Amino acid sequence: MSELYQILDEEGVVNKQLISKINLSNEQMLEMYKHMLIVRILDGWLMRLQRMGRAAIHAPNEGQEAIAVGVAHASEKQDYFFPTYRDLGLMIVRGASIREILNRWLANSQDPLKGHEFAIYGGRKYNIVPTTTPVSVHLAAATGFAHAAKIRKDNLVVFAFLGDGGTSKGDFHESINWAGVFRLPIVYVCQNNQYAISLPVKRQTASETISIKAVAYGIRGMRVDGNDILAVYSATKEARESARNGMPVLMECVTYRLGSHTTSDDPSRYRTQEEVEQMRKKEPLRRFKNYLISNGILSEKEEQELRKEIEKEIEDEVKIAVSVPPLPVQTIFEDVYSDMPWHLKEEMDLVVKEFEEDHQS
Amino acid sequence: MAELTLAGALNSTLKEQMRKDDRIVVLGEDVGRRGGVFLVTEGLLEEFGPERVIDTPLSEAAIFGVAAGMAIYGLKPIAEVQFFDFAFGGFDQIVSQIAKLRYRTGGQFKAPVIIRGPVAGGIRGGMFHSQHPETYYVHTAGLKVIVPAFPYDAKGLLISALKQEDPVIFMEPKSIYRTIKQEVPDGEFTVPIGKANVLKEGDDVTVISYGAMVHRSLEAAEEAEKEKISVEVIDLRTLMPFDIETILNSVKKTGRVVIVHEAPKTLGFGAEIAAQLAEKALLYLEAPIMRVTGQDTPFPLANEHYYLPTLKRIKNTILKVVNF
Ligand SMILES: Cc1ncc(C[n+]2csc(CCOP(=O)(O)OP(=O)(O)O)c2C)c(N)n1
Repeated sequence: MSELYQILDEEGVVNKQLISKINLSNEQMLEMYKHMLIVRILDGWLMRLQRMGRAAIHAPNEGQEAIAVGVAHASEKQDYFFPTYRDLGLMIVRGASIREILNRWLANSQDPLKGHEFAIYGGRKYNIVPTTTPVSVHLAAATGFAHAAKIRKDNLVVFAFLGDGGTSKGDFHESINWAGVFRLPIVYVCQNNQYAISLPVKRQTASETISIKAVAYGIRGMRVDGNDILAVYSATKEARESARNGMPVLMECVTYRLGSHTTSDDPSRYRTQEEVEQMRKKEPLRRFKNYLISNGILSEKEEQELRKEIEKEIEDEVKIAVSVPPLPVQTIFEDVYSDMPWHLKEEMDLVVKEFEEDHQS
Repeated sequence: MAELTLAGALNSTLKEQMRKDDRIVVLGEDVGRRGGVFLVTEGLLEEFGPERVIDTPLSEAAIFGVAAGMAIYGLKPIAEVQFFDFAFGGFDQIVSQIAKLRYRTGGQFKAPVIIRGPVAGGIRGGMFHSQHPETYYVHTAGLKVIVPAFPYDAKGLLISALKQEDPVIFMEPKSIYRTIKQEVPDGEFTVPIGKANVLKEGDDVTVISYGAMVHRSLEAAEEAEKEKISVEVIDLRTLMPFDIETILNSVKKTGRVVIVHEAPKTLGFGAEIAAQLAEKALLYLEAPIMRVTGQDTPFPLANEHYYLPTLKRIKNTILKVVNF
């Protein structure tokens, strides 16, 4: 349980025995790499859009791309996700377009969430239930969703994401306890990126690992190198099978947050640049790329082209997204209830009138 | 005497008070090395060490509950909640433990904890970094509730809170953490809890507010004065207990009232003021009591300007009440 499951080492050298157990075609691996690359590049753009004053905030994914991408690739179509605010990869793998992501970040009139909240990954058509920003609050609902699936005898597994900081909340303990009692089809994916804002994981727990917490709740613990997408993929397959058979899993993915906590954070207050540079050597893209290249699945030139292609597409999409008109003020009042009570109508009418006056020229 | 921002005044007050009283401990997420996400606790860890400045696990329930235990023991814990939007995970600790300890033990035990942290919108913070949730706390018997609008008051009220025997909810409007500066004396002085401040005297209408909206109300008052309306502006400063006397004295003079706050209208603090005025000053009123508040929706990311009371809305409401 405290051993780290790894298939690709830091240089991308593969463990031949372990990889032989994974059933992944070259095409699938290339697709996984492409998704990670999209996340990496788009993530950079979302950071920039915030700095340009266009987006309100962004929580960078840099260094953690292998986890959401790997888990999503190992999931089945009918599975459901309850992510955090740092799981862009789920959206990309589940088919959200770059345009849609940008529209959400800009909270413009094409934002499917109607500008009600930022940084939310999710949507009905992706089987992703958007998170609550308060940490770990979503875990109980994820557990309930799995419980309902079990009652209805539906063949699906829930993947509930959280960070290392999230393990300190009662919501986490109460949820995994429940999942254990009712033997639910759920995998809790804990992205241990070593920090909760400024606080190192040691400040969250005296346990040797996060996965070991599973023991006390009678569920299964797994500990995976979260910077190794093949390990994440393979462990997720196994965790999924376990959860489906009534043994819920706490899957700790060990990783490192290379960027700031969010665009409002200044990590130089709590960690050194040397530490970051040291950890950068373990980052997931380089490792997977080395593997793909050394095994003749991808060439350096193809990789460069892929990168350029993605960069160009995102740049073009940014140009379009920034010119989408803003949301009308009425949307403030939508979706509070299934129907609109009188007092909200009253408030809305006043706001609309004020907006119109402000925009008469 | 120094020119300080609200955040700066809180920071220096914490330092001064911790130097004087070694029972004060500060605890919360990222309050140590990071100095808090708004840097209100900056430099405390360096000066007072990790026993008194505690970077905690990510658990509001434990932060508040542990602070209560420390207070029962006799320490003076100041718990920081990173945003008041995240206090709900610890709400049971506040409502069931902290607020009711004195009452349920017949006064034998007390938990004079200060729970402080940012509230308010205006920073594009979206739903979970912008709320103004004072009503939950005001509605819970046993808690004193403070919302300063000026650096001077922030200091004086924080010192008063530290002298309290009761738990205090101390809400800091984040939108004005660094936007206003004021001369703040060094050393100890207090601003009494339960005492409002008449910021501007006037005869025609009383505008009652607290927190960041005090500043917008002052601006609206200035605009209204250009139209020869004399506006009295009251900063409540504390919501529990609140200064009914100052409100009544003003309303008896002006007969007209506008209440401004960021929290939603329905059962917001303005509702209590209006009800008190209906009970105690009905015959002095010459116009309906009007409220300018946040909308009765969750706090939106887009168009937050229109969610919050706008300058124009406040001014128009003043005119409406005066011309009634
Ligand atoms: C209940 C709650 N308290 C505080 C916060 C403020 N906050 C946002 S993210 C964060 C750290 C979360 O760390 P972790 O769970 O490790 O996830 P990471 O951000 O590292 O991905 C904190 C304290 C919050 N969102 N929710």
